[in-house]
Amino acid sequence: MSSLAEPPRRVWTFIAERLGRWGINGRVAVLLAPTLWLVVFFVLPLLVVFKIALSAFAMGRPPYLPMFEWGADESLSITLHFSNFLFLLRDTLYVNAYVNSVRIAAISTVMALLIAFPMAWYIARSDEKYRNLLLMLVILPFWTSFLLRVYAWMGFLGRNGVINNVLMSLGIIDQPLTMLQTEGAVFVGIVYTYLPFMVLPLYTTLVKLDQNLIEASSDLGAKPFTTFWTIILPLSMPGIIAGSMLVFIPAIGEFVIPALLGGAETLMIGRVLWDEFFSNRDWPVASAVAIVMLVILLVPILLLNHAQNAVVEKDA
Amino acid sequence: MHKPLLLVLPVALMASSAHAQTVNVYNWSDYIAEDTLERFQAETGISVNYDVFDSNEIVEAKLLAGNSGYDVVVPSGFFLERQIPIGLFQPLDKSKLPNLANLDPAIEAIVAEHDPGNQYAVTYMWGTTGLGYNVNEVIARVGEDGPLDSWDLLFDPETAAKLADCGISVLDAPVEMISAALNYLGLDANSEDQADLDQAEALLASVRPHIRMFHSSQYISDLANGDICLAVGYSGDVFIAADRAAEADRGVEVAYVIPEEGASLWFDMMAIPADAPNPDAAHAFINFILEPEIAAGITNYVWYANPNAAADEFVDPEILEDPAIYPTDEVMSNLYPLKAKSPQFDRLLTRAWTRIKTGQ
Repeated sequence: MSSLAEPPRRVWTFIAERLGRWGINGRVAVLLAPTLWLVVFFVLPLLVVFKIALSAFAMGRPPYLPMFEWGADESLSITLHFSNFLFLLRDTLYVNAYVNSVRIAAISTVMALLIAFPMAWYIARSDEKYRNLLLMLVILPFWTSFLLRVYAWMGFLGRNGVINNVLMSLGIIDQPLTMLQTEGAVFVGIVYTYLPFMVLPLYTTLVKLDQNLIEASSDLGAKPFTTFWTIILPLSMPGIIAGSMLVFIPAIGEFVIPALLGGAETLMIGRVLWDEFFSNRDWPVASAVAIVMLVILLVPILLLNHAQNAVVEKDA
Repeated sequence: MHKPLLLVLPVALMASSAHAQTVNVYNWSDYIAEDTLERFQAETGISVNYDVFDSNEIVEAKLLAGNSGYDVVVPSGFFLERQIPIGLFQPLDKSKLPNLANLDPAIEAIVAEHDPGNQYAVTYMWGTTGLGYNVNEVIARVGEDGPLDSWDLLFDPETAAKLADCGISVLDAPVEMISAALNYLGLDANSEDQADLDQAEALLASVRPHIRMFHSSQYISDLANGDICLAVGYSGDVFIAADRAAEADRGVEVAYVIPEEGASLWFDMMAIPADAPNPDAAHAFINFILEPEIAAGITNYVWYANPNAAADEFVDPEILEDPAIYPTDEVMSNLYPLKAKSPQFDRLLTRAWTRIKTGQ
């Protein structure tokens, strides 16, 4: 038996030694998979988008001119069109759409935080027996299609929807309220959809929060609000930051929710991108819009990341 | 003794591969009769992969990206017109389409504007873009002698204001809406002139406060339910709404009108992408749709006119005799076919449309 098992082991040692000589040890090997994933599914597509953003529009398949061209004299000519980016500054539409997207995403994030914090607190403080069940209930909506759930909201908020019908039959209102196709409906949709992303990181921080600290605080005479403000809130900062990022980032680029629940006047960058890509067929400008959105997103991500690192360092 | 077996084998393989043929069809949503695909499969043995879209832009984006995987696509003529010159489609092999003989030459002549020589595409169904309205609600607000067969319902700010409370919906389709405004102003509906576009935009902006919704399909159920009382809509869709309203029998009566000022005329056309995986099956599918009974079956189900002269005898008389579906020559002369737009104008158009919708 052992004589059979030995050669393969020797082969593995040999491979590990060889790889080690190239600087590939276990640590690198483990990092290799996610790095490859990131390169193939994030960096490469991003480079393609960036390349299209620097191309010139032309009717054809694909609808832009090639960036690299081999000349007859075996010369390679590279043409970069920066005009697509400058174009975004020439019309206030793009700036307005960016600002509006950031505003809607920021308000939604704050609303999600206000709702999620008590939820996460309650789950973290409830009996251990029920915690998993409660967490499961938070995740449960994901078992149904996202699109279907947004459609369900149309059924709730519509003029003939559930809410209006109930309020009318109770005699509270006599004219249906206009709730669907308003900005308010967009907030409802975004907060509803991304709430679990806020609850889960908050829960993981709050469940680790040392109960003794809270007791000590009240023993020392702090009112509940003071305890919350000086003890609980600072300690739950990592969860708040992580949850806010998970809500804010997808909310900025949200297209489906404003399209289904929002009114015609709700201008978000996702819609502008759709128009550039589909209505104008201008893939280069559409790509430029997407690249700029990514850069805009980088700013809050870096800020939040910085804040999170600061929190972690302070803890250490 | 073994020889016959070897001879049988290739034949069996051929038979099975013919059986496994598939045609990938990309058509508008709610645009085919319930039994059409089943009958096609039963008759030809070709199975159908049927996919639907709800805007020309989506089809165009897929075709521009290439390798869409579709064998038959059904864009509108005014999109197809600019897609042909950049090589997105392959020419039809007319020897495989004997049923082309069934087509109405008059329609063929009109669509030749989009597809010169009818080389690349065959009309699937055609229709108009007019006004659908809730008869009782609209008459209650503008009166029996109000402008019931005129674009005034939408474009006259005073009339539109009267209808705002019961709900006005317009298509979220800039080409359709701007051309309707241009036509109402007495300008060329297909004009690409900036000054004309500005006038059309100003007209739409003047009635914008009275418009509740910009959507290209929601109005079907909203009209039927009585949630809105006026919609700019595609003829067949409004008829579907009228049909549903009659079925629900809750006092909602929906009517479709081609306004006296005229309306846009459009043709949805079947074409085969240049990189279609199975052009033979695509031809078989197109030829099948051209069979009189099949074309009539679709018309009877979706309330759009077909281009098939031989199909008339199978079309429900109620539909065939409705001038809003099969317009008389007089009405026909008042309709304007939509034309393809240049990319430069498309950008101006989209921008104007965003301004109208959002005020920005």
